[in-house]
Amino acid sequence: MSGCIVQTPRILPCGDGALSVDFGNVIDPDVNGRVLALDDALRLRAPAGLLETVPTYRSLMIQFDPTLTDYDALERLLTDEAQNVAPQSTLGKRWRVPVVYGGPFGIDLEDVAQRHGLSAHQVIDLHAQAVYRVYMIGFLPGFAYLGGLDPRLATPRRTKPRAKIPASSIIIGGQQAGVASIECPSGWHILGRTPVRSYDPGRDPTFLLAAGDEVVFQPIDASRWDELERAAEAGEPVAEQVSP
Amino acid sequence: MTELVVKACGPMTSLQDRGRSGYQRFGVSPSGAMDMRSLAMANVLVGNAPGVAAIEFVNLGGSFTCAGGDLRIALVGAGCALSIDGTPVPPRTSAILKEGQTAQVGHTRTGTFAYLAVAGGFAIKPQLGSLSFHLRSRLGGLNGAALQADDRLPCIIQAQDGAPVHLPVNEDDRDSPVRVMLGPQDDYFTPDAIRTFLDSEFTVTPQADRMGFQLSGPAIEHAKGFNIVSDGIATGHIQIPGNGQPIVLMRDRQTAGGYPKIATVISADLDRFAQVRPGSAVRFSAVRRDEAVAAARALKEQIASLPDALVPVRFSLTTEHLLSTNLIGGAVNALAPKMSDLAP
Repeated sequence: MSGCIVQTPRILPCGDGALSVDFGNVIDPDVNGRVLALDDALRLRAPAGLLETVPTYRSLMIQFDPTLTDYDALERLLTDEAQNVAPQSTLGKRWRVPVVYGGPFGIDLEDVAQRHGLSAHQVIDLHAQAVYRVYMIGFLPGFAYLGGLDPRLATPRRTKPRAKIPASSIIIGGQQAGVASIECPSGWHILGRTPVRSYDPGRDPTFLLAAGDEVVFQPIDASRWDELERAAEAGEPVAEQVSP
Repeated sequence: MTELVVKACGPMTSLQDRGRSGYQRFGVSPSGAMDMRSLAMANVLVGNAPGVAAIEFVNLGGSFTCAGGDLRIALVGAGCALSIDGTPVPPRTSAILKEGQTAQVGHTRTGTFAYLAVAGGFAIKPQLGSLSFHLRSRLGGLNGAALQADDRLPCIIQAQDGAPVHLPVNEDDRDSPVRVMLGPQDDYFTPDAIRTFLDSEFTVTPQADRMGFQLSGPAIEHAKGFNIVSDGIATGHIQIPGNGQPIVLMRDRQTAGGYPKIATVISADLDRFAQVRPGSAVRFSAVRRDEAVAAARALKEQIASLPDALVPVRFSLTTEHLLSTNLIGGAVNALAPKMSDLAP
């Protein structure tokens, strides 16, 4: 990876209806913080024709109507804002997410433990003691990409991805951690599952987690699954908002 | 309540409108009709706004009846033919589907996607602001699914009597190169690789769906690897994975991805590109922003002027037609085409 943090972000064309403000080809909390800060700044100074902004690990995509947006003015606005944004200091919400680890809920827990010469309990402790940052939501509705995995748990992806993993799987892949939202294909390792639904089209809010939020995991006993699953089914968030 | 009843349809037949906006930051694909221009034409023929949800056909057609009243319908796209109880409806012409009649939609012939619009649209609750069905997230459509036999689609209004109308609008020019703007990651490729991309012919492979079109052709070599930290994706992005074969990302694309994107299909050429069938050849030409924006304006103006382009259709006055058509107040336009002139 030719990763570097650029001081002056680059504005890259993405056809006539979009551009990407690129802060560097890296996974880094400061870079992600600048992306989110620019996203916030644009919300206050939305140019004519702005359709949608999409924050990712390291860039902010801006989609606009080319027949309504003055591109040169947009470019000037972005150059001005992007140079001045400081990494967002105030993060979003912090969520405590209950997880049933291992067994049928986390079919790869034992395997991951073995690979690293750890016990299953040690893996759970390492995974649940970290504070994770939601870098972005992507791939599928509500799928959260998390940074902050303990390096001792970094595990290369499976050579053969699974065609399906259950909704709400708690997963790790390489240096990354994730919360799967809906059933999906994945090459990441499944440590557990949460009754929390990060995406539920029938609930308000539809999406629980957003880029910039923080997540901590709380191990719970499998005996509590049914009760919490019913609560989630009824539209309760189940994840608890806690103060950092 | 008038309903459109599905008797049979292909497996990827679904409801599509202009798509979802505002939710890509939560991982939700924009979706929407693969050929927005054809969607707009079908809608305008039945008196709808251009972006109302219609039934999108993918290669295969289907058959439909209605219950609880008559429906005004129109089919546009990919040279697809419509008939009612065996009588062909001319291309790009509205028709009334009466209770008890069967509308038959044929296979697509000159492209992949066709649209059946119903006057007034469907009385179905949108999900995240759209009726567009997205397979991978089970969003939109009828109960989060593609259409299948025995589905009943509630409609908002019944058909009013009136002469059918026709849109004398030419099909897209399919032969000229698909226009792209270079970027966002054209700096991941050598000048030679960019020349290969712009000078070569590519074939659309059978791996082409609403999410993306895999092309085959000369390999496009990366200058500095092909793994990038995931960044945003725009519809029309052309990403080059490790094998050097381009993938054009279409309406059901993911929201972020980790391959370098060499170029982006301009918005005005997306509909035309979507109709290039697997096995067909395609070429790309690079244009500057001002040309792309001028093309976007021209397309927008063309769609806005579609209602003015409608012409009433003059029937030959057989008893059957007199019985089925309301001619009261029928100031017949002598310049309007005859049904027989318009036969597919």
